[in-house]
Amino acid sequence: MAEHKKRNQILTAVSVLLLLGFITFAENYLDLYIVRILNVCAIYAILGMSMNLINGFTGLFSLGHAGFMAVGAYTTALLTMPPAVKQQIFYLAPLAKPLDQMNLAFPLALLAGGLLAALVGLLIAAPVLRLKGDYLAIATLGFAEIIRVVFTNTQTITNGALGLKGIPALTNLWWSFGTTAFTLVVLLSLINSSYGRALKAIREDEIAAEAMGINLAKHKTLSFVLGAFFAGIGGGLLGNLLGTIDPKMFSSMFTFNILLIVVLGGMGSLTGSIISAFIVTIANEVLRFLDESINLGFVVLQGKVGMRSVVFSAALMFVVLFYRHGLMGSKEFSWDRLLAGKFVRKLMGCFKKRLPEGGCDQ
Amino acid sequence: MTLDLFLQHLSNGISLGSLYALIAIGYTMVYGILRLINFAHGDIFMMATYFAFFGIVTFGIPWFITFPLVLVLTAVLGMGVEAVAYRPLRDAPKISVLISAIGASFFLENLTIVLFGGVPKPFPAPKIFTDVVQVGTVSIQKLTFYIPVVTLISLLGLVYLINKTKTGMAMRAVSMDHETARVMGININRTISFTFGLGSLLAAVGGIMWGLKFPQIQPLMGVIPGLKCFIAAVIGGIGNIGGAVIGGFILGIGEIMLIAFLPNLTGYRDAFAFVLLILILMSKPTGILGEKTAEKV
Repeated sequence: MAEHKKRNQILTAVSVLLLLGFITFAENYLDLYIVRILNVCAIYAILGMSMNLINGFTGLFSLGHAGFMAVGAYTTALLTMPPAVKQQIFYLAPLAKPLDQMNLAFPLALLAGGLLAALVGLLIAAPVLRLKGDYLAIATLGFAEIIRVVFTNTQTITNGALGLKGIPALTNLWWSFGTTAFTLVVLLSLINSSYGRALKAIREDEIAAEAMGINLAKHKTLSFVLGAFFAGIGGGLLGNLLGTIDPKMFSSMFTFNILLIVVLGGMGSLTGSIISAFIVTIANEVLRFLDESINLGFVVLQGKVGMRSVVFSAALMFVVLFYRHGLMGSKEFSWDRLLAGKFVRKLMGCFKKRLPEGGCDQ
Repeated sequence: MTLDLFLQHLSNGISLGSLYALIAIGYTMVYGILRLINFAHGDIFMMATYFAFFGIVTFGIPWFITFPLVLVLTAVLGMGVEAVAYRPLRDAPKISVLISAIGASFFLENLTIVLFGGVPKPFPAPKIFTDVVQVGTVSIQKLTFYIPVVTLISLLGLVYLINKTKTGMAMRAVSMDHETARVMGININRTISFTFGLGSLLAAVGGIMWGLKFPQIQPLMGVIPGLKCFIAAVIGGIGNIGGAVIGGFILGIGEIMLIAFLPNLTGYRDAFAFVLLILILMSKPTGILGEKTAEKV
């Protein structure tokens, strides 16, 4: 066992180094389009993990994620935009003081976005977490909708329906992947702590958990607020990546996209959420051809705008109907399982046997 | 505010409330029988308006033939959604069914965008519904009177069906206990399918009248009314048909009056329902007519 532990540590260290190398390479040499997609992947991974904490680990079916993201995105954007740009885009009504002169460093602004989202989460938690199941779903969906409506109407703070433009592009791969790693470490250590076990107990059976002395309100609130915090940070990263945000962006559609990631990755698996965030985001780009016309040389296939969304919603249903546990179920990625897997064993076996004669011919 | 103006607002509120009530009943029936939100209900409502649009505009069928056809088609659509998105998951955890329902809702919306385009279309309202009549000094569309009447007739039919017919008895039995109902020889799947069909039919009635009242249809028009009507059902006490009607009227009249008395809050119109929902859930989580249920261990 000890030997395995050492091996796993080495493997982890090597992959982290490889990842760091890859980020350096990607930042310097890769196409801007690809870098942008990688950024979106990492941000969706953060959003997926934070939603998984609430929905997958605690069993609270919350659909309010877009609201928290909106709070984070707006806060971070307003705190990082230079005052001159703010003056320019708030032409219908000037930005309220003291926001119009404020300008913070990106990490501080991100943190502020996360904290404000967490605060909103805390305020919402008190009334909403008394509900269960689909009541909870509809109430959280309602809260996200209220946040969106409020943001559309507060002209002097959010610029209303016009949205914010010219947000400085501060999000890069270091920030997005770094935050993903940070989120993963924080949430993993939470889940493996006594708090995490309490959350899972609540998911399995609330009444039994309460009978075992778990304070339901406290633990549910903890999960909800922490999920909101990371959703806010994810939203902040996204806003400063895209450069423009408006209230329409944060509709329930967005929440359902994240839900697809969580379900596909496996409810109750953080690493599953990361893997599926990459799969879903990249698939989303690859499937872009569905919206455009394809020229096969001899025939032009007319794409239809919106076809991609049809495929996506069908995929969501397909996953739930036939593949309910998702990619990872409720298991986490581990080297032991990967190396014990059939495919890898076969590869290793053939590697060991054939190496002296010169490689593997399979 | 003058009395005339108030009456005008009130009649608007009543007709909006009737529409909400019709759609809310669909939610409450499905919830009563499956303990689930039918997330696709708002989109079934939207599809009904498109069916009517195609019947009248594309195929040139007169409205009095089109509307009954729309009811049938929508009921079939509702049963189809049940067969695809709900039936395979009958024994699955609730959260899976909810996600599947969200998927179905999304699928219908996006399919409509692809097939019919995202641009709003004008709903072909026959003239006899949109004529304006003068009552004293108030001028009101004839439709404003028709809507509550049609709602009332549909409601009476529904109550008769549920309380006096064998199918209705089966529905009530299934909503109490699936297992026992099955033991008594009731075909559970057929009963659930029928419930979906009936709920969708009422949504189609609501959809047609919605199209007549607000003659512009687009693929996402079902989302907000769908959410609001679910809220109406929760406010009245979900699973209870009378409750859905009361909730629908509270919401419809409240919304119109909010705009009438506090025009500054017009932008917040869509948030009103949600605020009301949260207030109700905090004070009386089972709604106005709902019964308190204790969870057995």
